[in-house]
Amino acid sequence: MISKAEILILMPEIFILTLACLILIVDTFSQDPLRRVTYYLSQLTLVLTAVLVIGFSPEQTVYAFGNSFISDGMSVVLKTGVFVISFFAFLYSHEYLKEHGWLKGEYFVLGLFAILGMMILISAYSLLTVYLGLELLSLSLYAMIAMHRESTTASEAAMKFFVLGAIASGMLLYGMSMIYGVTGSLELGTIATNIESNGDNPLLVFGLVFIMVGIAFKLGAVPFHMWIPDVYQGSPTCVTLFIASAPKLAAFAMAMRLLVDGLQPLLNDWQGMLIILSILSMATGNIIAISQTNIKRMLAYSTIAHVGFLLLGLLSGTPSGYAGSMFYIITYALMSMGAFGMIILLGRKGFEADELAHFKGLSERSPWFAFIMLILMFSMAGVPPFLGFWGKWFVLKEVVDAGFVWLAATAVFFSIIGAYYYIRVIKFMYFDKADSMTAIKASKQMRFALSVNGLALLILGLMPGALLAICVSVLSIAA
Amino acid sequence: MYLVCLHEVFFNFWIDKGVTNQVLENYFPILLFIVIGLVLGVSMIVIGFGLGKIMGHARPYKAKQSPYECGFEAFENARIKFDVRYYLVAILFIIFDLEIAFLFPWAVVLDEIGMAGFWAMMIFLAVLVVGFIYEWRKGALEWE
Repeated sequence: MISKAEILILMPEIFILTLACLILIVDTFSQDPLRRVTYYLSQLTLVLTAVLVIGFSPEQTVYAFGNSFISDGMSVVLKTGVFVISFFAFLYSHEYLKEHGWLKGEYFVLGLFAILGMMILISAYSLLTVYLGLELLSLSLYAMIAMHRESTTASEAAMKFFVLGAIASGMLLYGMSMIYGVTGSLELGTIATNIESNGDNPLLVFGLVFIMVGIAFKLGAVPFHMWIPDVYQGSPTCVTLFIASAPKLAAFAMAMRLLVDGLQPLLNDWQGMLIILSILSMATGNIIAISQTNIKRMLAYSTIAHVGFLLLGLLSGTPSGYAGSMFYIITYALMSMGAFGMIILLGRKGFEADELAHFKGLSERSPWFAFIMLILMFSMAGVPPFLGFWGKWFVLKEVVDAGFVWLAATAVFFSIIGAYYYIRVIKFMYFDKADSMTAIKASKQMRFALSVNGLALLILGLMPGALLAICVSVLSIAA
Repeated sequence: MYLVCLHEVFFNFWIDKGVTNQVLENYFPILLFIVIGLVLGVSMIVIGFGLGKIMGHARPYKAKQSPYECGFEAFENARIKFDVRYYLVAILFIIFDLEIAFLFPWAVVLDEIGMAGFWAMMIFLAVLVVGFIYEWRKGALEWE
């Protein structure tokens, strides 16, 4: 029987689902070409859900629906992160869709459903709920990419993402079935205790390999990264921005739930796999990004490189290492959102500023936004005092503490290679002549949000203690 | 009674008694089903054709003899253009078809699953209604 307390734990999810359905209906009655009602209702939903999540945040870890749903410190922090990032992503998207003239209310409704999927994924405590959340998230994203029907590249990107995503989901399910077969439980906590008490069965590692493929695909770690460059480049920029930011938090949560909550006893097995994924991702991402001329594609490879760094914290296998990773992924989502926001800012109707050359001479066209982009690029490269530096620093510190000094050295080496292509963007902005001096046309909200986004990286970079303290405290309770 | 005798005769005749015998015995109803199905099917066709030959008039023409395939020519290039609305109707049909598939077992056990079961289905139906309103408002139900 479902108790009232359980319903209360799921209140934020129920709320966002109801509102998403309501907004879908309201949108069909709206005649407004700017879809103001849909847009403002969606943003209001995000704010209210965030309030609910924080308001209902439990004192200690609580479970609901036969232990298939968990609400703990990590879920509250990651969900709040998802709401903040999605709020900005919706704001940038509204601007982009308005400018490019294919504003549809469904974009925001699908976005809300994707966010619901992320929330479920973050709070999943059973293999089934993990899969449910993942599919809700992915299906919404496929539709969002394919939404601009006139664009052939978007259709191609959606098709690629869909086919590869389906294969990855299949792999993940196969691995889950193996784990279920051995442990006889879908619930992550029971799986961990069963593995602990029954010792090792070769089938466990077999299942783990397939689960790892699923996780690596969703995160975009080499060699399962093939979809990232094509999807990032092919999708409309506002969708790329959405895919590249909030879902990464959910993918991190998925890795945490499956590997740490469920398969912690197999640490020795997955640690080795993560080391390989991590080194390959950092190498491939950073080196191939150098030769890109399209900035969306360059940022896609940079994502792959960042995922390599993220895995460093996970593979250290300690609560502080997981906290480092969590700090890193929040940082990354903020930076990537800002960088794609810049591409949206420079674009206008019939023109996408997605080539590196479009950033030439930006300091003459708009000194302020050139400065914001400078913060974003330095932060991604990991230059102090910006937030990105601290992300890298905490993760590297944990890897060294876990005894992998050689791995930390490799990471720093590839990070230096990566610095080249970030700094090249800055060189284009400040030392090259602009091809055209077209004035930047953007609304006040867009300018304000992007400035806040960029300055947040500087301010949080000067005071990283609070964010890190939150990450450490929620994960040390969990572990 | 007659059936039981029949299957004992059948198995005693064919194989030795033993464990395999017992396993095979479980499959006897299936064999019986297939046999009855074959007899019934063949006899119906034979009787149908026979009665038709004796009592009917044969007036064949081209359209009557061609295989029916939902409005398309039976044999032509597979790569032809046809209306995307066929897909739309098919997709919309599947949603409500599945709804019925869920409703049947639910209705059968409704007295055992209590209020929680009742409201779970009501929520499911409410979500479907949202989708229905959406497709109606978007004009997906209009053929023109």
